[in-house]
Amino acid sequence: MITAVETYRSAEEAARALGGGGAIYLAGGTLVMAEVNANRTPPRLVRTVDPGLRQIVASSETIRLGAGVTMAQILASRDCAVLHDVARQIGGPQVRSMATVGGNLFARHPYGDLAVALLALGARVALAGQTSLRSLADLLRDRERPALVTQIEVPRPRGDRAFGFVKIARIHPRGASLLSIAAFLPREGSRMRGVRIAYGGMADRPIQAAAVERALEGAVLDEGTIARAVAVAAQGLEPPTDSLASAWYRREVVGVHLRRLLERLSRP
Amino acid sequence: MPKKPITFVLNGAERAAFADPGQNLLDFLRRGVGDLTPKYGCGQGGCGACTVLLDGEPVLACLTLAEAVEGRRVDTVAGLGGPAPHPLQEAFMAHFAAQCGYCTPGMLMSAKALLDRNPRPTREEVIEAISGNLCRCTGYEPIIAAILSAAASGARP
Ligand SMILES: Cc1cc2nc3c(=O)[nH]c(=O)nc-3n(C[C@H](O)[C@H](O)[C@H](O)COP(=O)(O)OP(=O)(O)OC[C@H]3O[C@@H](n4cnc5c(N)ncnc54)[C@H](O)[C@@H]3O)c2cc1C
Ligand code: FES
Ligand code: FES
Repeated sequence: MITAVETYRSAEEAARALGGGGAIYLAGGTLVMAEVNANRTPPRLVRTVDPGLRQIVASSETIRLGAGVTMAQILASRDCAVLHDVARQIGGPQVRSMATVGGNLFARHPYGDLAVALLALGARVALAGQTSLRSLADLLRDRERPALVTQIEVPRPRGDRAFGFVKIARIHPRGASLLSIAAFLPREGSRMRGVRIAYGGMADRPIQAAAVERALEGAVLDEGTIARAVAVAAQGLEPPTDSLASAWYRREVVGVHLRRLLERLSRP
Repeated sequence: MPKKPITFVLNGAERAAFADPGQNLLDFLRRGVGDLTPKYGCGQGGCGACTVLLDGEPVLACLTLAEAVEGRRVDTVAGLGGPAPHPLQEAFMAHFAAQCGYCTPGMLMSAKALLDRNPRPTREEVIEAISGNLCRCTGYEPIIAAILSAAASGARP
């Protein structure tokens, strides 16, 4: 039962209010409000009207997204074109006008499609009250400790074939992912350097596919490389079994979808 | 528990009412303000029956904190049309797009959000626009036809 809603002017004040415990941070509310409606939250709701959290600041190298930027805002911003294909596949129109980037980083399986894409892109996050940025990979490893994310810095991939995303869902156009794959394949000449492959739905959180990354790193993206990557698509992974799919099914099909994505990104 | 006074613009008219801590916008509109047009289907974002426009954007009232609409504009089906039904409502009647009618207010607001932004949508754009709204009766085709025909008629007060 919520007994107090605390609205702060700045993210820093909100972060301090969360530090005391017994509170949950409310962003777009698409996940938190369902818990509030079911009486399953701590008693205090903490929110902020900090305008910095709603801003998108783009440079030639990076896109800086305020944690409170919504999927609809991403879709309306030409600077965020690289994320359009991902944001478009999140929920329906109502969810997209509410759901925030920050909330997506903390969404539980099967949600977190944008987090998967941001993980592959090598995004870094700024936390309230801290000056240095932390890698998203690091944040996703430990989402329990309360820390308020204020900004997400996304390096811009170079070229159309450097980034791709697929979401596999049973219901179109608005189902939850049974799995998702994001591939970041920067090229140096014809070889890939600094490859990152991220999966959603293949663990309890967005994760990198280390074996696939090893198979691609330094290689030319041709038929042989794709076959080697696909062969290790599910290596070392223990995907969940849930109402969307079984662990067995996820392990069986992840390679098929990885192959299609890599083939798409290999075509000039 | 302290209630919070909320002042906002509902269907063009300024309104004020008290919200409970943590109360969602759907409950606030229905019980606090007396606008019964947005419907409760699930309370968790799954059905879209509670769709209203917040500053022109479609949102799920059941997942919106009532306090968050302070100073903002909310539009519901209660504000559609005047003495005569809105062209979308006419089209829903003509195409038999409501059977039990429970999804209809949400469908109408999603359709309005679409046509306000994109007066001549394609069939695919209509499907996308109502993809967050469940209908258990019609099979969706009559709803899609109604929205396309309202768009084709062009009249949008
Ligand atoms: C019908 C429906 C369909 C959906 N479809 C999808 C989908 O297709 N893909 C998908 O990825 N998700 C989906 N979601 C889940 C959800 O809408 C998104 O993941 C969304 O991005 C969550 O953001 P929010 O702002 O609504 O989060 P909230 O509900 O406000 O918060 C979620 C969690 O994140 C924490 N949090 C939020 N912001 C921050 C921050 N800045 N710092 C620290 N913690 C924070 C909150 O405390 C809370 O624990 C769907 C949800 C619904 C209801
Ligand atoms: S009642 Fe709001 S989405 Fe179902
Ligand atoms: S008309 Fe009955 S749910 Fe749509």
